[in-house]
Amino acid sequence: MAAKKTSAKSNTSAEELKGYYRDMLLIRRFEEKAGQLYGMGLIGGFCHLYIGQEAVVVGLEAATKEGDKRITSYRDHGHMLACGMDPKGVMAELTGREGGYSKGKGGSMHMFSKEKHFYGGHGIVAAQVPLGAGLAFSDKYKGNDNVTFTYFGDGAANQGQVYEAFNMAALWDLPVVFVIENNQYAMGTSQQRSTSSADIYTRGQAFGIKGQLVDGMDILAVKEASEAAVAHCRAGKGPYILEVKTYRYRGHSMSDPAKYRTREEVQKVREKSDAIEHVRDLLITGKHATEDELKAIDKEIKAIVNDSAEFAKTSPEPALEELWTDIYADA
Amino acid sequence: MAIEILMPALSPTMEEGTLAKWLVKEGDTVQSGDILCEIETDKATMEFEAVDEGVIGKILVADGTEGVKVNTPIAMIGEEGEDMSAAAPAAAAEAAPAAEAPAPASVPAQAAAPVAVKDTSPDWPEGTEMKQQTVREALRDGMSEEMRRDDSVFLMGEEVAEYEGAYKISQGMLAEFGSKRVIDTPITEHGFAGIGVGAAFGGLKPIVEFMTFNFAMQAIDQIINSAAKTLYMSGGQMGAPMVFRGPNGAAARVGAQHSQDYAAWYAMIPGLKVVMPYSASDYKGLMKTAIRDPNPVIFLENEILYGRSFDVPVLDDYTVPFGKARVWREGDDVTIVSFGIGMQYALEAADKLAEDGISAEVIDLRTLRPIDYDTVLASVQKTNRCVTVEEGWPVGSIGNHLSATIMERAFDYLDAPVINCTGKDVPMPYAANLEKHALLTTDEVVAAVKQVTYR
Repeated sequence: MAAKKTSAKSNTSAEELKGYYRDMLLIRRFEEKAGQLYGMGLIGGFCHLYIGQEAVVVGLEAATKEGDKRITSYRDHGHMLACGMDPKGVMAELTGREGGYSKGKGGSMHMFSKEKHFYGGHGIVAAQVPLGAGLAFSDKYKGNDNVTFTYFGDGAANQGQVYEAFNMAALWDLPVVFVIENNQYAMGTSQQRSTSSADIYTRGQAFGIKGQLVDGMDILAVKEASEAAVAHCRAGKGPYILEVKTYRYRGHSMSDPAKYRTREEVQKVREKSDAIEHVRDLLITGKHATEDELKAIDKEIKAIVNDSAEFAKTSPEPALEELWTDIYADA
Repeated sequence: MAIEILMPALSPTMEEGTLAKWLVKEGDTVQSGDILCEIETDKATMEFEAVDEGVIGKILVADGTEGVKVNTPIAMIGEEGEDMSAAAPAAAAEAAPAAEAPAPASVPAQAAAPVAVKDTSPDWPEGTEMKQQTVREALRDGMSEEMRRDDSVFLMGEEVAEYEGAYKISQGMLAEFGSKRVIDTPITEHGFAGIGVGAAFGGLKPIVEFMTFNFAMQAIDQIINSAAKTLYMSGGQMGAPMVFRGPNGAAARVGAQHSQDYAAWYAMIPGLKVVMPYSASDYKGLMKTAIRDPNPVIFLENEILYGRSFDVPVLDDYTVPFGKARVWREGDDVTIVSFGIGMQYALEAADKLAEDGISAEVIDLRTLRPIDYDTVLASVQKTNRCVTVEEGWPVGSIGNHLSATIMERAFDYLDAPVINCTGKDVPMPYAANLEKHALLTTDEVVAAVKQVTYR
């Protein structure tokens, strides 16, 4: 699955491409910083990094419009940044501070933004799949043409509730794009060892849901697939499945030594298929951007990430009274 | 400028580790992502990667060093050509805030003083016209009135639409509201509960019917992890304003898998509200309150009660507040506390006890989260004795919780230990005679009252 180095067919402008580069780089640098803060003990518990998978969410988001919803699993930092949530608020949630999106009460796996229509951040594998179908149900009920992007992994694809959701989504023509982020490892179990058939995107066939395999290391391929899926949903034709093949460079969580795969395997993907290098290559060889322009972007991202880390370190811990708030909404 | 590389925390619980092996040496140039060293935690040996690029200056902790505390500087990294011979690690590394002694804001202190306030106001104005209605009809009327009032309310579940409810609760609702708002689901509890919760996140107010709460065990993750906890986890940004409803507890001769009372299970969960009514007027009034409540509400019904008739007030908009118990019968000798179908045994027992000259006060909790402790405590302070009555299992029951609360807050008022009457601690048997023995009986309640009143 080598990245396509010269994807020419595209409705993507140079500005848009630079924007994707920027968004992907933001995710990567943010995650690296999160890893660093975890090592320093500033982030606790579980912390699942998105490094390697950046093209998936940035490509999917390229086809969204205001009002579209997104929901995902616990590997959620990338999705939050890609939909425009403030890196400061995300990082401060990771450090469990008052300035975090959930006032420090959710943590890495449980963050939300009503404003950006980001519905979590869910720690129970695959629970977000029926929830995403339900969000789509709410849009259909209200009669608008919004779409819900429901992200889950190759591991979650083996949970029964995924197929319960597929069935009802198809039965009721719910406007939901099921995005299977296949990073090839369900924690430490490779797809070959966990999944009876290799092609997860075909699993909607039994329900009459169209599925498509996408190269998740190629931002333009992801974007194109996202546009097709979204058009299908907006037209009222029901759900759509995208299996996006990707790869995570880091362990499942910070405490995973990743002994189930070789260092060489990871290194090979990094060298040959890295999604950010691919965009960089498209920009430079296509003469859409100069090295200096990209350096300026790098610098800008570095500053944003450093600011977010600074904010996350200095934002105070939540007041103890917060322990007792937000348990019930006022009747 | 030299940067310190600190001993990383590589698991949620790691405090120290062994620096097993350096894979770089002083003077090496490293890129972000290069492996610097191997570190043994209590769980595994982990590779530790460089985050910054630069040249390894001084290695401060040698191969094989054990017990290296997290955040100890282990090496210095600098820019190419930088002289780091003088670079010494800063004394106190930037580190996580020291763990403070836990000092959670306390639950409001529970005084052992008498509870003065007892809200005994009636649920309807004096002189209100009443009509006889079954629980089934009252429940349907409660839902229908709210659906007329609010377009975002809809009903979903197995057989709720065309079949008009497996227990005929939703009779006439499909005809009135149409298939957009009265929705038959496939037999897929986990899935449709999740879709219901997602729809609530999306701004609707679903009523999710479970054909019985026994089947909701397949969906309990969505109820608890998704519906009950999201408001808290989102810092108040979003939650699940919805109702999960259906029959709960034993019906008759349906065996162990269809005969469980979940009252205590759900009542344990912060973020849920839990309702378990007895009378038709409460079914109606509490259902309307449940639908309007902006939180997930568990509404536990009872199949045996569905056909029972009670007086229901004829009012345009009759609601019953959560957290307010109903005193069905005033008395002086003992307080009997119950809820749901347990009330049937409590009231029958009170009648029998009256024949023996024992005056029982009978309290229907109606809601189990919140619980109206004050009404119970005020009554116990008057009668000095208490018996709790419920059909569920004895371990971790609502009665256990009430006993503890009474002990903590009204110990000095008690003249006898509180007794919990519950279902027997067995899966529900099928055989008619065994089932009868597994269930609670009125005679058991009578016997318990006689025990606490020393008769």
